[in-house]
Amino acid sequence: MENKHLPNYLEYQGKYKGLMGWLTTTDHKRIGLLYFYSMFSFFLVGATLGILMRLELIAPGKQLMEAQTYNALFTLHGLTMIFLFVIPGVAAVFGNFFLPIMLGAKDVAFPKLNLLSWYLYILGALIVLSSQFMGDGPPDTGWTFYAPYSLKTQTNVVAAVFGAFVLGFSSILTGLNFITTMHRLRAPGMGWKRMPIFAWTLYATGWIQILATPIVGITLLMIAAERLLGIGFFDPAIGGDPILYQHLFWTYSHPAVYIMILPAMGVISEIIPTFSRKPIFGYTALIISSMAIAFVGYFVWGHHMFTSGMSDSSRWIFSFLSFIVAIPSAVKVFNWTATLYKGSIRLQTPFWWAMGFIFVFMIGGFSGLVIGSLATDIHVHDTYFVVAHFHYIVFGGTGFAFFAAMHYWWPKIYGRMYNTKIANVGLAIFFSGFNILYFPMFILGLRGMPRRYYDYLPQFTDGNVISTIGSWIMITGLLILIVNLAKAKKMTGKAVDDPWDGSTLEWKIQSPPTLENFEEIPVITGGPYEYKDR
Amino acid sequence: MNTKTGNMENVIQTHPAHPDIHRDDTASKLGMWLFIFSELLLFGGLFIVYSVYRYMNHVAFDLAHRELSVTVGLINTIILLISSATVAMSITAIQKNDKKASLIFLSATILLAVIFLINKYFEWGSKFEHGMYPGSDLMGMLSNGDMLFFSLYFFMTGLHAVHILIGLGLLSASLIKIRKNKIRSDKYSLLENSGLYWHLVDLIWIFLFPLFYLIH
Repeated sequence: MENKHLPNYLEYQGKYKGLMGWLTTTDHKRIGLLYFYSMFSFFLVGATLGILMRLELIAPGKQLMEAQTYNALFTLHGLTMIFLFVIPGVAAVFGNFFLPIMLGAKDVAFPKLNLLSWYLYILGALIVLSSQFMGDGPPDTGWTFYAPYSLKTQTNVVAAVFGAFVLGFSSILTGLNFITTMHRLRAPGMGWKRMPIFAWTLYATGWIQILATPIVGITLLMIAAERLLGIGFFDPAIGGDPILYQHLFWTYSHPAVYIMILPAMGVISEIIPTFSRKPIFGYTALIISSMAIAFVGYFVWGHHMFTSGMSDSSRWIFSFLSFIVAIPSAVKVFNWTATLYKGSIRLQTPFWWAMGFIFVFMIGGFSGLVIGSLATDIHVHDTYFVVAHFHYIVFGGTGFAFFAAMHYWWPKIYGRMYNTKIANVGLAIFFSGFNILYFPMFILGLRGMPRRYYDYLPQFTDGNVISTIGSWIMITGLLILIVNLAKAKKMTGKAVDDPWDGSTLEWKIQSPPTLENFEEIPVITGGPYEYKDR
Repeated sequence: MNTKTGNMENVIQTHPAHPDIHRDDTASKLGMWLFIFSELLLFGGLFIVYSVYRYMNHVAFDLAHRELSVTVGLINTIILLISSATVAMSITAIQKNDKKASLIFLSATILLAVIFLINKYFEWGSKFEHGMYPGSDLMGMLSNGDMLFFSLYFFMTGLHAVHILIGLGLLSASLIKIRKNKIRSDKYSLLENSGLYWHLVDLIWIFLFPLFYLIH
């Protein structure tokens, strides 16, 4: 690289030094890291809450806490993990950092708006967390705020829903920013069909963020208005319809699942070709499947409500549509495995993460079909089967992809390679712990253990003990991973520009990137996955 | 696509380098449109709620809507339609480099928006005087259908009024910038986007008016 004398984005001195330099930055890379560190802190909070819940459930009866504390805990666990970690998750961190670079741009389309989104995210997070300390105690509704309980409970629901509203606003602005960036800032020569798949998944995600988030925004405002002003919308005692609340809530919150998972799929679609040394199989099919997931994802929300009281025809239609979503998801899995076929596979850490993702995502996906069909859903609805399913999808999918992205891009972000052996050991422990933690929940659910309960019948003890032990193993793996990556940051060594021989644009620039990524805007002459060594 | 940055060394020294040198009016317009889609969906959720409750309580909704004054609603509709026209004229004027006309039309838009809010104030005020407001004792005594109608009325027109206030803010900011020559015939995307937003506010009222005042 000839421009080595330019300071990278970490060293770069703007108007302000140190912390103020970060808090006033409009650099997409720094904003990505702001998201990363705030989000990861919340993730650790959420994980701690999860560990505490598992400890409480290690045996029937009271172990650590009162029932009401447990209710508050699982509500906060859900709120933190869903709204503060997985929904912004991969897109806000790695999308911010890498989307402009992958497009050959110097920044996103609206850098100031980007910073505002982060501040809104922090504001929303603070409001959500303040609900724990203000008013009449932490909310105990679960993250879904189902009416009429959310209208009747004495706890501080208003702060929590208002926080979620602000977070939604932040999410909308990020989606808007990314879509505009992709429309306007692709480097010369980068046609739509030369964009990396990760960018395409962010494009699909952006549309969901823009078109689905306002629905939950207005619904949460209605909950707040109903509690504060006594406006009747969802309380059946004054003519409201609680089922309508569920419809509105899931109209957003199901597409939100695709906000979580699509960028995650994008990360996997980047990693697999790089470590197979092959162009990705079915580039067009992957794009179409992303857009199809985004589109069909709007019309499946009813499968959360099979037992809530809907007509039979709506139930089978929603069930049918839910099965349709499985098709593009499966198209992706087949394309990834087809990319591996006859590739010269390099068994390096990010690749193992991608394999881990496919494994747990498939378990999550197949169990999704079980609860997507009406007859079996009646049996397992609101049991631990559902808990296991969505942890396999949300944590196993988005969470694994988040860690995969960390291990794939860490050398680019900090210009330092981590210890890959320790990373692999950490991954193995994490992966085992994950399955030991969540797989028993499938069996517990099939045997009828209801979710969200503080206590359970003695016959469920064994499964719960195994699950709790799994949570300890998983957290051990997690700590190893974190320490390993943190150490890499401090290691002094030669910066690596392209440790994986990647082909997308982020590997063509120095690590860590300079303030403007490219001193000269590159001209693109080929597709994103063309490997010289093939 | 990217503005040439000139002397790179200079740019690196002064922060923040990129957002100021990079200007893309098409992008900001696209961004505004995306935001408008989002806003439409925000109200879309309320329109769904309205439709469901209207279907469930159509008799009560029909009786309750007679309480609203069609005249006041109609006046407000006309005010907003004219204001949409004046803001469009203001944009055309600035495109033609006629600063004075642009200022006049924009001031007219702002004035009309304020008149709209004054009307709204009196309309809501008269209901408040009769004890009709969210959470009041009278509201609590209404039948379920009436209560839902007025709840939706206050919530939806209230949210719309909030949007009027945001629009007022945008239009006023544009007005100041035109006076300071920061919005010119070659650089008017803030005014254009404020205008787009204002049309959205107008459009939503076009739906609110028949839903609450007209439909039998």
